[in-house]
Amino acid sequence: MEIRLDGIGHSYDAVEVLRDISLDIPQGQIVCIVGPSGCGKSTLLRFIGGLERPARGEVLQLGEPPRGCLNPLTYIFQDFALLPWRSVAGNISLVLEDHGIRGAAAQEIVDGVLARTKLTEFARALPKQLSGGMKQRVAIARALAVNPAVMLMDEPLSALDSQTRELLMDDLVDLWSRQPFTAVYVTHNLAEAVRLGHRVVVLSRRPGQIREIVEIDMPLSERDFGNADLDAKQKHLWTLMRDEARAADAELIHV
Amino acid sequence: MSDTAPSLKSRKVAFRGGGFAPRMHRWVGVMVFAALILIAEWGTRAGWISALTLPKPSDVLATFIGLYESGQLFKHLGPSLSRLIVGAAIGTSLGISVGVLIGLFSYIRSGLVPLVAAIFPIPKIALLPLFVIWFGIGEGSKYALIAFGTFTPTVVATYGAVDNVDRSLIRMGQSFGLSWWSIVRKIVLPGAMPGILSGLRISLAIAIILLVAAEMLGAEYGIGAYILEAGSLYDLERLFVGVAILSILGVAVSALIGAVERRVLDWRT
Repeated sequence: MEIRLDGIGHSYDAVEVLRDISLDIPQGQIVCIVGPSGCGKSTLLRFIGGLERPARGEVLQLGEPPRGCLNPLTYIFQDFALLPWRSVAGNISLVLEDHGIRGAAAQEIVDGVLARTKLTEFARALPKQLSGGMKQRVAIARALAVNPAVMLMDEPLSALDSQTRELLMDDLVDLWSRQPFTAVYVTHNLAEAVRLGHRVVVLSRRPGQIREIVEIDMPLSERDFGNADLDAKQKHLWTLMRDEARAADAELIHV
Repeated sequence: MSDTAPSLKSRKVAFRGGGFAPRMHRWVGVMVFAALILIAEWGTRAGWISALTLPKPSDVLATFIGLYESGQLFKHLGPSLSRLIVGAAIGTSLGISVGVLIGLFSYIRSGLVPLVAAIFPIPKIALLPLFVIWFGIGEGSKYALIAFGTFTPTVVATYGAVDNVDRSLIRMGQSFGLSWWSIVRKIVLPGAMPGILSGLRISLAIAIILLVAAEMLGAEYGIGAYILEAGSLYDLERLFVGVAILSILGVAVSALIGAVERRVLDWRT
């Protein structure tokens, strides 16, 4: 299943936040969306998953989601969005219950995704007992449980410290290498974008428009720390973004 | 920095970060009660508090023991507790339901919030004659008074609590395709529970206050009836026994809610 954005534009009251975004998200690839703060990248992600409606243009789903897919468009949120009153396993079974998956069948899925995210021994823990990195792994496990066609990741690592971020990036690369998934990954962190993205979409400041799409051909598993090619890509992205970011930073906020 | 000149005077940095973090010490509360009772006992024995001002605490205790031994205590406590439980159960369950509806639906909110604001400040005791006409002089009017009195504060606390449920959790539920009812049951209600329980503390205290009012009319037995009878006879010992029972009831209800909070809300940090 692929996603096509066709001429997406949006305004909040008089403020235009997005203008004429057309983009294809091909199957099995991670598309990163970067841009200065306030450029509408998180809004764009909410359009893709149907949590908000764009004023102009449309989001199209091309092809059918694979069989066994419970929730084709599945989010991973910056603030984890775990229910604090449910255990790790309970948070995952939450999204299965509405599909009538209970008991042994649910247990099997929960055990499977906990093993994939290395959380097996934390199944009974409450979110308050977990570090930020662990919470986000639970959220990733929850997303995997519904077998999504496209993962919509909204700055998933932005609330974490830089060491945890590195560890989780490795985990995401591992997950993708074992079983490639389609993802839209919104971030303001260029290092994350060049590490995880097959394509990096650079948005301009408000109103957000596509400035450039940077392709990175190197396989994810080969993208290690301090790689010269990646550094060059990251530098290129930063030159694209620097002036936009500076101008965006100096803008008055009209909200 | 290491080669500080010896002539410089060294001084310890003064601590200024304390306070503003009150904590509960259980025994201090007990001590305050004990001290007040001891002062009253001392004053009434020594004579600088006249017997008309305050009864002797030891006499109050003796009256209480007498009440217990005669079996009258449970004759009064039983009906009162059943009125309290039935009335508060009706009032709070209706209040929670209406509060959740106000918290979820725009039209219900627009329609009912002004109505609740209008009936909240009415002293429910003033409506007692009306309830007697509607529900009769028996138990019905007593249940209705307590239910009505607990209803409004519960509504206000509940819809405030629903408003405070983390929107990102609701958004998460929607993004995973959870049904409306699942979101209400598994996200909104548990998320609102802390606010609902702290609202219950207030509602149940109001229920105890209204118990006395409810027993003003046509109640033979009940703590309220007992207090009113003692009051009309200026029997201060019995009056204080009744008041003490209400206080103990209040402390018990508060402790009960505390226990429920510890059980149900152990997920809170």
